[in-house]
Amino acid sequence: MTRTLGRIGQYVLLAAFIVFLAFPLIWLISCSFKSSAELNSLSVNIIPQQFTASNYSVALEKQGLIRSAVNSLLVALASTLLVVAISLPASYLLARFGGKIRAIGSAWVMVSQVFPVILIILPLFLILRAMNLTDSLVGLTLVHTTYTLPFALWMLQGYVANIPFDLEEAGAMDGASRWTVLMKIVFPLLAPGIVATALFAFVSSWNEFFFGLVLLQSPENYTLPITLKMFIGGEGKVALGPLAAGSVLAAIPSIIFFTIMQRKLISGMMAGAVKG
Amino acid sequence: MTRNPHYQFVGIHNFQKLAGNEMFWESFKIGLVWAVSVTVLQMILGMILALLLNANLRFRGLTRVLALIPWAMPPVVVAIMWRMLYSPNAGPINAFLGFFGFPSGINWLGSFSLAFPAVIVVGVWVGMPQTTVTLLAGLQQIPVETMEAAQIDGAGAWSRFRYVTLPSLVPIIAAISSLNFIWNFNSFSLVYVLTEGGPGGRTMLPMLFTYIEAFKNRNIGYAAAMGLILVVIVTILLAIYLKLQLREGKEGK
Repeated sequence: MTRTLGRIGQYVLLAAFIVFLAFPLIWLISCSFKSSAELNSLSVNIIPQQFTASNYSVALEKQGLIRSAVNSLLVALASTLLVVAISLPASYLLARFGGKIRAIGSAWVMVSQVFPVILIILPLFLILRAMNLTDSLVGLTLVHTTYTLPFALWMLQGYVANIPFDLEEAGAMDGASRWTVLMKIVFPLLAPGIVATALFAFVSSWNEFFFGLVLLQSPENYTLPITLKMFIGGEGKVALGPLAAGSVLAAIPSIIFFTIMQRKLISGMMAGAVKG
Repeated sequence: MTRNPHYQFVGIHNFQKLAGNEMFWESFKIGLVWAVSVTVLQMILGMILALLLNANLRFRGLTRVLALIPWAMPPVVVAIMWRMLYSPNAGPINAFLGFFGFPSGINWLGSFSLAFPAVIVVGVWVGMPQTTVTLLAGLQQIPVETMEAAQIDGAGAWSRFRYVTLPSLVPIIAAISSLNFIWNFNSFSLVYVLTEGGPGGRTMLPMLFTYIEAFKNRNIGYAAAMGLILVVIVTILLAIYLKLQLREGKEGK
């Protein structure tokens, strides 16, 4: 009897967690399909009384939103490319020949987590200003790359370390050149790690708000999070429907990528948390 | 901000000025309360959810995926979403309260006494996934035999948790809670979009304060001094915490 009661209690708790975690997103999606009349009325329904997709077309027609989505995409793709291009050779060296540097590196990745973004942006801001790159997507790409690199590097070198060195030696014994060993043995095995690192870099950049807020001044350079923030910061009445629609659109890429890579990210986090 | 500013070495002037800046220390206090309460609540709720997910229940897979969503979403979108939930007129939270006869029409994010707790709830929501997932991975590393042995010895659910589960999770709890503490103390975007530090500075986290000092008031040197002080204090607090945690863990075994 107590067992059944315990079970019921567990399910009640689990249901409470599901509601707590899922309801906010459901509400946002619901708002994105409501008419402005319904949003401004005092009736509060989870399921819209009249489904309308007009919020999405309004959100997309607002030129700012599409342009900033394109900006976000460009910055995220460019910084992902840079992060992978830098961390691929670096992580290989770190994992294979790092020795002491590897230990120091891991400590540094932890330390870099302690630094608040404000301390990172101040020197970067001064450097970028000297190069005339403050209000520019190039500058923002560089900042995102700098910011993502430590963790990405650490993630990727974990994957390299998991590839048995014997495999490379066996390849070398069979007369393969170093380059062939890298191309034919290491990279194919490393592919899942590279994908995970790339997804991590992409989502970090796509979601990032603070650096964009500090660096970007002209609206045509805004990334998606900045434009969404400007929607609510603006004068007058906020158009809730398009704001909800834009928010849903902005969240979709991250949620998709996250679902794909959740296991990889979790094991990466675990390794970092336990070893660190 | 001029194009070619003349820098001048000011020694410890900025730090001296900071010592007497009451608003900075007020904000530091808010930051500490925020980081500690969010971290503790994340840990408690994350632990309960992880235990539930580790038990043999239905809907585990669904909950696991759901639990990850807050982690994936851009902080700005999370803040916009919660502003809608907290909305005084059309918000579902007030509607829910009203339905059960409680006072509704509460202006959650605009109220001097409620804004800070309301913001803390959002902070907990955002950070629960990492905590849950890490704790769950830790739970799954505990050998089944240990649990069974304890059960055979007549240990109830609570004492199994207290004397078997908890001690073996100590390293993970120490690691994830210190990371959470750092992340929460350094968080910016969420509260900036939710309240911009208002009302009346009630939610002015240290990062918001330094941001305003650096980029609204244009005192970059002063803001840098603030940032450094914050890093030093947080590092010291963290070192003390980790030392205590790990010593307790050793004594527990």
